[in-house]
Formats: sequence, structure tokens, C-alpha cells
Amino acid sequence: MSNTTTAQLYRSRVRKNISVILLLAVGLVAAFCVDIATGPSMMNIGEVVKAVFMPGSVELATKVIVWEVRLPYSVMALLVGAALSLAGLEMQTILNNPMASPFTLGVSAAAAFGAALAILLSAGISFVDPKWMVSFNAFVFAFGAVMLLQFLSRIGRTGVEALVLLGIAMDFTFKALIGILQYVASAEALQQFVFWSLGSLSRANWENIAILGGVLAVIIPFSVAASWQMTALRLGEDSARSYGINVGRLRFFSLIRVSLLTATAVAFVGTIGFIGLVGPHIAKLLIGEDHRFSLPAALLSGAFVMSLASIASKLISPGAILPVGVITSLIGVPLFVWLIFNKRRK
Amino acid sequence: MGEEHGFLKISDITAGYGRRMVLRGLSLPPLLPGNVITLVGPNGAGKSTLLRVVAGLMKSEGTIHYRGMDLQKVSVQKRAHYVSFMPQTVPGDVNLAVIDAVISALKASPFDQAGRANEDMYARAVAALERIGIGDLALQGLNQLSGGQRQLASLARSIVREPSVLLLDEPTSALDLRHQVRVMSLVRSLAGDGRIVVMVLHDLNMAMRWSDYVVVLKGGALVTYGLPAQALNPRSVKEVYGVTVRVESCSRGLPQIIVDE
Repeated sequence: MSNTTTAQLYRSRVRKNISVILLLAVGLVAAFCVDIATGPSMMNIGEVVKAVFMPGSVELATKVIVWEVRLPYSVMALLVGAALSLAGLEMQTILNNPMASPFTLGVSAAAAFGAALAILLSAGISFVDPKWMVSFNAFVFAFGAVMLLQFLSRIGRTGVEALVLLGIAMDFTFKALIGILQYVASAEALQQFVFWSLGSLSRANWENIAILGGVLAVIIPFSVAASWQMTALRLGEDSARSYGINVGRLRFFSLIRVSLLTATAVAFVGTIGFIGLVGPHIAKLLIGEDHRFSLPAALLSGAFVMSLASIASKLISPGAILPVGVITSLIGVPLFVWLIFNKRRK
Repeated sequence: MGEEHGFLKISDITAGYGRRMVLRGLSLPPLLPGNVITLVGPNGAGKSTLLRVVAGLMKSEGTIHYRGMDLQKVSVQKRAHYVSFMPQTVPGDVNLAVIDAVISALKASPFDQAGRANEDMYARAVAALERIGIGDLALQGLNQLSGGQRQLASLARSIVREPSVLLLDEPTSALDLRHQVRVMSLVRSLAGDGRIVVMVLHDLNMAMRWSDYVVVLKGGALVTYGLPAQALNPRSVKEVYGVTVRVESCSRGLPQIIVDE
């Protein structure tokens, strides 16, 4: 193969990857529009679009439904999907484990324990507004858990495998603690906690969205900046280090990004499983493991699957909105299986 | 002093895994640019450990002097500018094009990125692949390659930054005879450019044929060092491997190790 042909083929491969990303973006926009238009109060899509772009020209009730319920719900779905999927992609790379997800190291159990403390024991902290208490506690425990893991693995100078094992130990510990809290809690508090732990977008509001959006906006540039190093890390830790990558530092900062993304998302919507696993895998199946491309693809595919889950959560039981955390796997699995089989056939 | 800067001087290296010491105060004569130095010895002798220490992949006591620096004390980036390491095993399940894997070896290090455009990175990656003879695999995914092809791709990643010290851990372990010969002649030509090439081999005849110097290790200590025909003699082979051999010249006058057991 001559150099010119290789160069041409390489360029066309890059163009193909960009087209896949654009296609995902188009799919996402479509899913987002359908998501806003879907809900218990029947509104046609034209009315919804009008309410979004010209809020003054629609009835007050329509405006309120769209701006206070539909949009926050749908935007939060996108942000949570993107955040968990990006966190999953980074986690799979730094732990060198395709089964890893943002929740692998016990982050979700830690967050759930934090939330359970706030809900079940009505624990309050003087400087935190009570309406933020559950989110605040979930965030602190999720972030704290990952930092503790980092600390333990640093003092023990242990490798990736030990980090995963410590994470699993952490997961079991927090689950046991949650069990104790549930055992002593009142029936009402217990119900509230169960609802929280199922993962729901119903707590979405513009304040939460601004915070999660802000976290994503700050973190994405750092993830992009690390993308070549992350790609190199896929070729093995020894190779990466011999290329001049400080793997310890790369892993440390990536884990901080993962825990910030996951803790913030979980704090606002509860535990939403599977997106952090399926989002990155869809990206890798479509595009491969070049982080320059798999990173935007993972952001978009996570947001896309979450949007579909959000639509399904409103359609499955008409008149009611099921907790989206229950739906993500139901939506994600068929898509995932289809992709795997499709790829194999190729 | 000036020329000495090009030498690699390994002194008093003690290193191990946890409490298990693998290398015990190992020192080698200065390794010279332009030379291929092969480490041989039984399993557990400390060959790979020595390469990993020089590559900066594990901590050790002792010094590794090169161009006026102690490689133990310089930053990981600076060391990577001079030293490149090719590990024994490479992951097989990575869905990444060979060329992107090679470019990632360039892009990962800030030292090599300064003032270089993407086109230049691409051209360097293609040049490395062609030097190894796998230019036609550039766009293949690493997960679509055979074990041997992956090893060649790994070699391309190791040389793309044009290191002056190249460390190869069993570079031919997954290769067929044709590729073994190709890689060995490539190793010679890389050394011919003025590099120091240190590699681990298990095949003593290959070590004999392609090395300038052979280091025989056992139990983390140096048994002998010298020209291949001096270092690999029936006595040293018996001492480190416990195997009786004789060395005879083939019809072309090249020494061959023949096992007598």
C-alpha cells in the first residue's frame, strides 16, 4: 500500500468517525425533541416547540409545563447520560477493565448511603439548606469514597487490581451500612429512600441542571486534554509509562473527574445504572478506542440512551412517570445486544 | 568526558518485588552506543527486571548514568525522551488502528510534541511502521492482528520517538522464523544508527548471532559479560542453565550452540 493511499484511507477513516459522531448528535437532538413532546398532558410537538422558542405566544399552563417540568426533565436526562457515560469511559480505561462503570468502585453505594443518612435519619448540617441535604450528603459520600480509595491504594502502593478489590469491599461496606439504616428507619422514610435509590429525573430543576452542566463544562476540557494519554494507556501501563506518561497522576486526575461527574449526577437523580457501562461501549463499538473520537461519542451515546429511557419512562405506564433508573437497563440492553451482534456479523 | 556521555552505566542495582529481591547489587561495564547487548539467563535471573529498572518502571537502589544524568532521578518524561521500552506482552483486545497506537506513543509525551504539527506526527508514525515493514497494517485494528503482528506494532511504537536507548523484552517471542530474522536485522540497523540496544532473548544461538555483547545473569547477579562467543561457552551455560552444550562452528564459521543432553 503506497503512502498516498494510506494517507487517503486514514483521512477517510477520520471523516467516517466524525460522521458517526454527527449522526449520534442528530439522533440525540431527535430523541430530545420527542422527550420534550412526551408526557402525561397531551401537547402536540408544534406547541412544545413554540413554548420553547416563543414562550410568550403560548398559554401560561403550557409554558409552565414545558419550562418547569418537561425541559428540566429532558435536559437533566441528557446531562446525566453524558456525565455517567464519560465517567464510565474513563473508568474502563484507567482500570483496564471493560466491565467497569462509574459505580464500579462503590461510588453509587457510597452516594446512596449519604442520601440514606439524610433521608432516614433526617441528619442535617447547619450550613446546608435542608432542600439540598440529600444531594449534598450523596455527593460528599460518593466523592469521599473515591478519595479514600485513592488514599488507600497510594499508601499501600497497590496496582489497579487492588484498587478494584478495595472498591468492591467499599461497595459491600456501604451496602451493609445502608441495610442497617433501613432496618431502623420509619416506614415513611424507607419509602422515600427506596424512591430515591431507584433513580428519578423528577427532582430535576434549573438549579441542579446548572450545577451538573457546570461540572461537565469544567471537566470535559480536561478529559479532552488527556485523550491521547488515555489512548496510550489502553496499550498497557508499562508501555504508557515508557512513553513518558505519569500513569499514577493520569489515573489520579481521571478518578477525580469520574468521582465529580458521578457524585454530582447521583446527588441529583439517584442511582442510574447501566448508562455508564453501555454508553462507552456503544461509542467503542461504533468508533473504536481512540479517545479523541470515543470521548465525544460516549458523551453523545450516553445522553442518547438516557433520552430514550426518559421517553420510555413516560410511555410505559400512561399517566404516570416511572423512575428512569428502572428503565435504563430495559432500553440499554436491547440496543447493546443489537450492536454486539451487528458488529460480530461484520 | 565528552564521549562518555553516550555510555549507559549501570551500577550497584538492587531491585525486587516487595520483599523478594531479584537483582542484588548488579553492575555492568559501560554499554556503548552502536552496540546490541543481549541479556540471557534462566527464568527468574532478573533479565526483565533489569530492563524495567532501566526503563524507570520500577524503583531500585543504585545508579544508571546516561549523558550526565542519573536516569533514576530524572522525570518520567525526560527519561522517556531518551529511553524506550518494549514490553514482553501487549494487550490483544484493543480496538485501535495500528497507526493511531503509534501516534499515541508520540502524542503522549510532551517532550516530543513541542512544535510538531499533526501531519508531522502522522509522517513519523508511517515512517516507523515502514521501517518495521508493517506499513500495510497501518489502518488495521490492533485486535485484528496476529500475536506476531502485534509484537511488530509494539516495536514500531517503541522506535517512533527515536530513542537513543532501546530496551526490548523478548522482542521475537511471538514471531515466526522469517519475522525473527527481520526483527533481528532491524535491531542491528537501529544500533547502527548509534543507539544502545539492550534486549532479553531466550534463544542462545540468536543471542550469539546478533549481539555485540552478551550479559549472562543468574539469581540477580552477573555471571559473565563479554563478546558472544566468550560469554556463551559450555562452562557458563552449564553453570546457569545446568545443561551440557558444546559450541561448534558451522560451515560458514559462525559459532553454534548444540545441546548434548
